[in-house]
Amino acid sequence: MSNKSVLFNPFSKNNPVIVQILGICSVLAVTAKLEPAIVMGLSVIAVLAFSNVIISLLRNTIPTNIRIIVQLVVVAGLVVIVSQLLQAYAYDVSKQLSVFIGLIITNCILMGRLEAFAMANRPWPSFLDGIGNGTGYAIILIIVGFFRELLGSGTLMGYAVVPQAFYDAGYVNNGLMILPPMALIVVACIIWVHRSYNKDLQEK
Amino acid sequence: MNKQSNTYTIIYIIVLVVVVGAALALTSISLKDRQQANADADKMRQILASVGIEAPQGDIITSYDKYITRTFVIDSEGRPAPADAPAAFSVNIAAQSKEAASKRLLPVYECTLGDGSVKYILPMYGAGLWGPIWGYISVDSDGTTVYGAFFAHQGETPGLGAEIEKQAFSGQFSGKRIIVDGKFAPIAVIKAGMKAPEGSDHVDGISGGTITSKGVGAMLDNCLAPYAPFLKNLANDNTK
Repeated sequence: MSNKSVLFNPFSKNNPVIVQILGICSVLAVTAKLEPAIVMGLSVIAVLAFSNVIISLLRNTIPTNIRIIVQLVVVAGLVVIVSQLLQAYAYDVSKQLSVFIGLIITNCILMGRLEAFAMANRPWPSFLDGIGNGTGYAIILIIVGFFRELLGSGTLMGYAVVPQAFYDAGYVNNGLMILPPMALIVVACIIWVHRSYNKDLQEK
Repeated sequence: MNKQSNTYTIIYIIVLVVVVGAALALTSISLKDRQQANADADKMRQILASVGIEAPQGDIITSYDKYITRTFVIDSEGRPAPADAPAAFSVNIAAQSKEAASKRLLPVYECTLGDGSVKYILPMYGAGLWGPIWGYISVDSDGTTVYGAFFAHQGETPGLGAEIEKQAFSGQFSGKRIIVDGKFAPIAVIKAGMKAPEGSDHVDGISGGTITSKGVGAMLDNCLAPYAPFLKNLANDNTK
C-alpha cells in the first residue's frame, strides 16, 4: 500500500467509524454539541499518530504475549501526558476535555490501528495511518455533531443559527436529537448515504 | 536473545513501566506550578462570574484584586472562624461540604462593585449525575436577595446537565430570595411549570437534566444553610 492510500483511505472507503464500525461509543457520547466533537477529534488524531509511531518503533522488541498490555501502557501514558500539557498550556480546552480524555484510552480505533498496522509497519507509514484514521474519525464526529447541535439546540459552536423568526412561527428544537440514541440514527443515515455512493461496499 | 522467554517478558514490562512512570512523574512535576496558577486564576474567574464580571483572559488576577475587597472565614454561627483556619481562598469546599453543618469553615468573599455596592459571594459544592458540580452565589448586602450565580461541573452530559453552566440557567437566580420572612429558604430547582414548595423561591431546572438539576437544588440547600446566621445578621444590620 502506498503512503498516500495509507493516509487517505480511512477518510472514506476504509473509514474507521462508518465502514469498520469502530469507536461508536465515543461518537454517542461527545457529539451532542459541535465544539467538544471537534476537540475530541483533534485529540484522537494526536494520540493515535504518536502512539502509532511509538509502537511502530518498539514493534520488533515487544514480546508477543504481552503486546496488548504494552500498547495499553503506551496509550494511557500518552493520554495522561496530553491531558497534563493541556492543563498547563490550554486550560480552557482541558476543562472541556476532562471526561473525553478517558474515552480516548478506551477508543477501539486506537487498539485496532496499533494491533493491525503499527505492529507490522515502519514508523513513517504508521504516523500517516494514525493521522488518516484519526481524521476519518473526526470527520464523522463533526458531521454528527453538526446535525445534532443544529437540530437539537438550534445553535452551532454555541451561536444561535436558527433565526428567532422561526421560533416565533412555531418551530421547536428537536429535544430527541440531544439524546444519545439519535447519534446512532445519524451515524446510520451517514452509512446509508455513504454506501449508496460507494456501491463496492455493499454486501451481496 | 529469545524474545518470547519469561525472563525477557518480565524485564521488558518492568523497564517499560519504569520509563512510562518516570515520564509521567516528570511531566507532572514540571507542569505543576503552571497548572496550579491556571487553576487559581480559573477559580478567581468563577468567583467574579457570580457577580456578573467577566474578567479578561490573562488579566484575571488584577480584576480579582480590584473587586474582591475582603475575604474571611466564618463558622456556622456566623462568628469569625478560629485563628488557625486557612485563608478563605484556600478552604477546600469539597471537603467542607461533606462535614456536619456545625463543624464547617465557611469562606465569604466580599466584593465591591464599580458603583460602590457590596455583595457577598458564597461558594458551593455538590454532586451532579456523573461527577461533582460547584458554583458561587452572590448575595446583596441585605443578606436576603441573590445578586447573581455561577455554576460549573466536571462532566455533566453536554446539552443536558451541562446546561447549568449557561447564563440561561444561572441568570434565573438573580433577584430570588434565600431568606424569606426571616427564615432560610433554599431556592428550589424544579421542572418548568411545577409548583415550588411553600415559601421558597424557585427556578426552572434543565429538561433532560433532571438529576443534575436536583443536584443543584440539593447543593443550594446543603451549602447555603450554614450561612443562614451570617445572612440573618446582615439583614438585621440593614434594618437597624
